[in-house]
Amino acid sequence: MNFERIREKLNILADAAKYDVSCSSSGSKRSNTGKGLGDSSGMGICHSYTEDGRCISLLKILLTNHCIFDCAYCVSRKSNDIKRAGFKIQEVVDLTINFYRRNYIEGLFLSSGIFSSPDYTMERLIAVAKKLRLEENFNGYIHLKSIPGCSDELMREAGLYADRLSINIEIPTVSGLKLLAPEKDHKDFIKPMEKVKNEILQFKADRKVSRKTPVYAPAGQSTQMIVGATGESDKDIMYSAVHYYSTYNMKRVYYSGYVPVLQDERLPALGTEVPMLRENRLYQTDWLLRFYGFDVREILNKEYPNLDVDIDPKLSWALRNMHLFPVDVNTADKRMLARIPGLGMKSMYKILNARKYRKLNWEHLKTIGVALNRARYFMICDSKTWEKRDLEPHRIKSLILQSSQSKYQKMYNDQLRLF
Amino acid sequence: MALQKLIYDGSFEGLLNAIFIVYQEQLDDAEILEERFYEPDFFAEAQQVYTDDTKATRVWEGLRKFPQFSASVYRSFLTELPDKEIYILDAVRYVLKTKNDKDYGQPSVLKLAQLTKQVGREKHRMEAFVRFKRTKDDLYVALIEPDFNVLPLIAKHFKSRYADQQFLIFDQKRSYGIFYDLERVEFVTLDFDDQQLKEALHQEEKHYDKMWQDYFVSTGIKNRINKKLHLQHVPKRYWKYLNEKNPL
Repeated sequence: MNFERIREKLNILADAAKYDVSCSSSGSKRSNTGKGLGDSSGMGICHSYTEDGRCISLLKILLTNHCIFDCAYCVSRKSNDIKRAGFKIQEVVDLTINFYRRNYIEGLFLSSGIFSSPDYTMERLIAVAKKLRLEENFNGYIHLKSIPGCSDELMREAGLYADRLSINIEIPTVSGLKLLAPEKDHKDFIKPMEKVKNEILQFKADRKVSRKTPVYAPAGQSTQMIVGATGESDKDIMYSAVHYYSTYNMKRVYYSGYVPVLQDERLPALGTEVPMLRENRLYQTDWLLRFYGFDVREILNKEYPNLDVDIDPKLSWALRNMHLFPVDVNTADKRMLARIPGLGMKSMYKILNARKYRKLNWEHLKTIGVALNRARYFMICDSKTWEKRDLEPHRIKSLILQSSQSKYQKMYNDQLRLF
Repeated sequence: MALQKLIYDGSFEGLLNAIFIVYQEQLDDAEILEERFYEPDFFAEAQQVYTDDTKATRVWEGLRKFPQFSASVYRSFLTELPDKEIYILDAVRYVLKTKNDKDYGQPSVLKLAQLTKQVGREKHRMEAFVRFKRTKDDLYVALIEPDFNVLPLIAKHFKSRYADQQFLIFDQKRSYGIFYDLERVEFVTLDFDDQQLKEALHQEEKHYDKMWQDYFVSTGIKNRINKKLHLQHVPKRYWKYLNEKNPL
């Protein structure tokens, strides 16, 4: 094996793949039977973290960065003058196995530039996964990218070897896509999603009849949207996220702050700061929708098309709905407990357990781990002291901001200065 | 009655025996501690606990009626903290008496839940931060120095993951390891020599070591650099055995 050449390719093709933020390795059910290599039945594991603090769980590479498309936001676009390279199928297999055996990774995340045709590209991706599963008896995690415009038959085959399939919608609005990727058709993204969704449902139904039915993409499918490339509002982004969650049963929608890599008049200039804080607020909203029982229209609507940057979306919702507070933690139902700012799901379950035995006071709540600096304005408990002043929402907000030192403070000061 | 100090050998069975004695002799004011932390003291009576498997099993059976709680007793024990027995004994008494095994309003029960979480985190970190190096005779070796004694907890994970690969994970701090011979995982004690390991490495090892470091660098995004977050996830005390931080 020519290690020097492989190293060179790895550097080029890992560099090109890093803008895909998904690195999840959880949610699969592939256990190691028959003394093979690897097991992905448990939780996901982050084996390291990059210096920007993101999880490294998978070997995330492109099969090649040759591409026939010229999408403005993509570093591998045809017209970009960069070094190009391509892996052989066996090379990817060897790298994956050897990294996995050393416990560097949970598995492979394989994407690719589109060369010759979508189907040809997809076939090569599938060939890697198939080889890993059938020849190497590999049960680690495999995440394959679905190539826009590839055929239904290939999508069906891909799911038999991959744990997760994903296709990045990248631009949340159809008009934005027209502007930045004129050669790509919105429908080409939707078709593979639709196919994967239907196959997952079909395989699940078959599995109920026969336990021998193979698993199909057991960790589901996901997608990604670029944030801050086309001037879209937070409402645009979250409403389309909700659409993908509900229509295509997405496991995850990822939000990726646009990193300016190319000079293009349609895009933010080089050197523009990556909107990391905004990205964080979008993820918080995503969590509120998936785990906390919020409806997207409560958080983002015509009157409030954008999230606050200086406070989290739950707090900002609560400040707009003061008539629902304060909540009594000793009697409130799950739904309302989950809506108290500063109180997460884990604390909520601890409270539900603990209050069976005694009435909880501030001391209990503090040891349980509730962020009282925010929560105290919105709850009462077994204590004679609580916030008795009738505070206006903006007053509460400033009290909270004064009492806390947000790790983002520097960032939102910078970002606010722009206005 | 004066304070009774129950001194045990440091094994989990020993701890269970000490708990047995507390109940058998109805000691209201007892303190359990490991031999290595014991210092004779004028005001307390000390009693050496002898480890007896049948008594240990009896106590364990009793605790097992509360599956989650008994697991947290074991995990709290693995912290090796000098005062862990104080919380364990208090929580055990409370839970056996009231049957309220999830009452996080009780300080010791909450403390055990917190210790359990810490141990769980360390276990998970070790599942993530173990880095194997391949030797010429196809054994994959990893060195670790975990904060808590988590080797017994991670054996199962590595066995089901590397079913077709011989491995040794060695805890340098506690001088013992787990060895998998393709059949079962065994605890082993041996003298470990870093230099010997270096010489025994397979020739391809340096290439994969290098490629992993390259990958670590090229997968990061410079415009987003956030060293503080990075350190929070990968604290410096683990760097020694991470080859992306500490190359061959």
